[in-house]
Amino acid sequence: MPVADAPARAPAPKANRKVALLALGGALAMLGMGFAAVPLYRIFCQATGFGGTTARATEQQAATVRDSGRTIAMRFDANVERGMPWQFKPLQNTDTVSIGVRDMALFWARNTSSHSITGTASFNVEPEQAGRFFNKIQCFCFTEQTLKPGEEVRMPVIYYVDPAILQDPDNKDVQEITLSYTFHVTAIDGKTLDRSKAGG
Amino acid sequence: MATTADHFQGHVDDHGHADHDHKPAFFARWFMSTNHKDIGTMYLIFAIFAGIIGGAFSGMMRIELAEPGIQYLDTFAKWFGAVNPDFNSSLHVWNVLITAHGLIMVFFMVMPAIIGGFGNWFVPLMIGAPDMAFPRMNNISFWLTVAGFCSLLCSAFVPGGTGLGAGTGWTVYAPLSTTGSPGPAVDFGIFALHLSGAGSIMGAINFITTIFNMRAPGMTMHKMPLFVWSVLVTAFLLLLSLPVLAAAITMLLTDRNFGTTFFDPSGGGDPVLYQHLFWFFGHPEVYIMILPGFGIVSQIISTFSKKPVFGYLGMAYAMVAIGVVGFIVWAHHMYATGMSVNTKMYFTAATMVIAVPTGVKIFSWIATMWGGSIEFKSPMVWAIGFIFLFTVGGVTGVYLANGGIDDVVHDTYFVVAHFHYVLSLGAVTALFAGFYYWFPKMSGRMHSELLAHIHFWIFFVGVNMIFFPMHFLGLQGMPRRYPDYAEAYAHWNKVATDGYMVMAFSLVIWFINIIYAYTAGKKAEANYWGEGATTLEWTLSSPPPFHQFETLPVIEDAGHH
Repeated sequence: MPVADAPARAPAPKANRKVALLALGGALAMLGMGFAAVPLYRIFCQATGFGGTTARATEQQAATVRDSGRTIAMRFDANVERGMPWQFKPLQNTDTVSIGVRDMALFWARNTSSHSITGTASFNVEPEQAGRFFNKIQCFCFTEQTLKPGEEVRMPVIYYVDPAILQDPDNKDVQEITLSYTFHVTAIDGKTLDRSKAGG
Repeated sequence: MATTADHFQGHVDDHGHADHDHKPAFFARWFMSTNHKDIGTMYLIFAIFAGIIGGAFSGMMRIELAEPGIQYLDTFAKWFGAVNPDFNSSLHVWNVLITAHGLIMVFFMVMPAIIGGFGNWFVPLMIGAPDMAFPRMNNISFWLTVAGFCSLLCSAFVPGGTGLGAGTGWTVYAPLSTTGSPGPAVDFGIFALHLSGAGSIMGAINFITTIFNMRAPGMTMHKMPLFVWSVLVTAFLLLLSLPVLAAAITMLLTDRNFGTTFFDPSGGGDPVLYQHLFWFFGHPEVYIMILPGFGIVSQIISTFSKKPVFGYLGMAYAMVAIGVVGFIVWAHHMYATGMSVNTKMYFTAATMVIAVPTGVKIFSWIATMWGGSIEFKSPMVWAIGFIFLFTVGGVTGVYLANGGIDDVVHDTYFVVAHFHYVLSLGAVTALFAGFYYWFPKMSGRMHSELLAHIHFWIFFVGVNMIFFPMHFLGLQGMPRRYPDYAEAYAHWNKVATDGYMVMAFSLVIWFINIIYAYTAGKKAEANYWGEGATTLEWTLSSPPPFHQFETLPVIEDAGHH
C-alpha cells in the first residue's frame, strides 16, 4: 500500500496514475465508439435492411432474378419536407407487381417557387422487414434533382422485389409494400442550404 | 470484522482540538476542498438543494394534474419570466417541468447523493484508505456538477422554441431537440449534461483507482463491503456509458448549431440513431442510480440482522452481472420505434434475464434477515421499505420488458409508475436508509429515531398514494407527458396529488429531524449501532477525524468479508 501516511496533497503514486490512465482510455474509447456509431449504424442498416432501408441492385444482378409467379401489392407515397415549395406525387398510387420481375414507378414533381431549387429524396419502405428484399436498379433518389422555377419533371424508379421474400418468415404475412419518398432542399439558386437550424 | 483499527484513533475524542487534526480555514476548506469527507458533505448538501428544486417541479406538475383542464401553467409561465404568455407557451411550461424534473432528479439529486455523497464519504472509510486517490480531481468533479446545475437552471429563463426553457424531455430526442427547439435553452441543457457528465466520469476514474489501489492491507476484493462493490460496478457503468451520451449530445449540438445532419434525414442522418445512442447510455444509467442503493441496503440489512450478508459473493457478482447485462438491453426503451419480431424477442429475453441477478439480491437480503437477531432501527425500516418498493417496480419491469405488452402500455402512466417505483421510491428510499444509517457518523449527532420512523411511515404511504394509482391510469390508457386528461382519469389523479402532499409533509419531518440532531441530538459514539456494524467506518470516531487511517488498519484473515 503506497499511501501509508500520504497527506491529501502528495502527488498521486505511479500505480494510481496507471489505473486512472487505463480508465480514461476506456472512457475515450467509448467516446470514440459513440461517434463511430454514425457510420457503423449506416453500414448496419444497409447490410441488414434495418429500419426499412432498401437494397440496391445492378443491371447484372437484376438479370439473374427469376419471375416467381406470385404477385404483391405496391403503394407509393411522396412527400416534401416542411416548407419546400415543390409539388411531388406518384403518378400511380398503387400497383400490383410480380415478385422477381422488374417494374417501373413514375413520380412527378413541380417547382412552384420563383427560385431554382435542388432537392434530394430520402426513402424507405414499410413494413420495415421488407426493406432488404426491395431492390432498386435505378432511382431519381440516387442523385440530386434540380428544378428551375415552374419546371415539371417525371422521375422513374426501376425496382424489383426479390423472390427470397417468399421464403422469409418475417415477411410471411406481408401483402403490401409501401415505398415512400421525402424530398429535402439541398440548394437554392445553386447555393447550398445552411442546415444549422436551432441554435441561439 | 476483526481489525486492529480500534486503538489508533483513540486520541481524537475531543475532535477539533487535537492539534494534528487541524482543518483549513472556511474558504480553503469548502471551496478548495481535497478532503473526501468534506466533498461528500458538499455533494449531499447540493443533492438536497437540487432535490428540493426538482421536487418542487414535481409538485407543480401534480397540482396541475389534480383536476382535468389547464389551471396553473399560465401562472407558472409568468414565474419563469414570460410576459403575457399565450396558450402554447403556457403549455410549453409543462414540457419544461417534465424535462427539468427528470434531469435534476437523475443528474443532480440521485447521482450526487448516492455516488458523490455516500460514495465519497464511505468508500475510503470502508476500505481503510486515508482519502480518494485523486483528491483534487474529486474537487473538480463536484464543482463541475454544480456548474452543470447552474447551466440547467439558466436554460429555464431563455427561449426554447415554443416558450421559455428546454422542453425536450430528459431524453432530448431529435428532431424535437434540434429543429423543434430553436433558441438557446436546449443548448444550455446540453451544456449542463456535458459538464455534469465530465464530472461524473472523473468521479468514476477516481473511485476505480481508489478501490483498486488503496485498500488497506488484507482487504482483498472479496472482503470489500458490498457498498464498495456497488460503487465499483457503478463507476464502471459511468465510465463506459457516459461518454456515449457525451458523443450523442455533442452531435445534437453540432446538428443544432453547425449544420451537421447526424440525426436529420435531409442530410442522410437518422433520428432513431440518436435514440439508440441515448439509451445505450440511458439504460446503464438506471443501474447507476440503483446499484449504490443495493450496496447501502446490503450494509444495513446485515447490520440490523447482526449477521453477515447471505451469499456475499453471489451478491457482489449479481451486481457485476446486472452491470454487464445492463449494456445489452437498451432497445427495450424503443419497442415503439418499429422493430422486427426477432429484435424484439432478443431485447425482451435479455431484459428479463436481468431479473435473475436482481432476484438473487432480493432473496439474499431476505435470507440475511432470516434467523437474524433483527432490530427495527430506522435505517432497517427504510431498507425493508426499499426491498418492498423496489420489488414492486421490478415486477412491473418484467411485465414491461415484453415487446408485445409494451406496444399497449408504451408512453402511458404505467411506465411512469414503473420507473418511479424503482427510482423515486427505490433509489430515494435507499438514500434515506443510508442517511439515517450514516448521518450520526457524518455529523457526530444522533437523530431522533422516533421522527425517523414517523418520516418513514408517512413517506411510505405518500409515495404509494402518488404512484400506485398510476398503474391503473396507465392500464386505462392515460398517456404520459400531457398536462391535461380526460374526465375519466380524474379520480386517481386526485389521489396521486393528495399523495404528493402526504409525501411532502414527511420531508418536513425529515428537516425537523436534522434540526433536532444539530440542536438537541446526543453525541454519537463511534459505533452507535452496536455489534452488527462491522465495517471499518465504525472503528472511527463520529464524526471521523479530518484525516483518518494515517496508520493503515490491517484486516486479519479471521474476519468474514
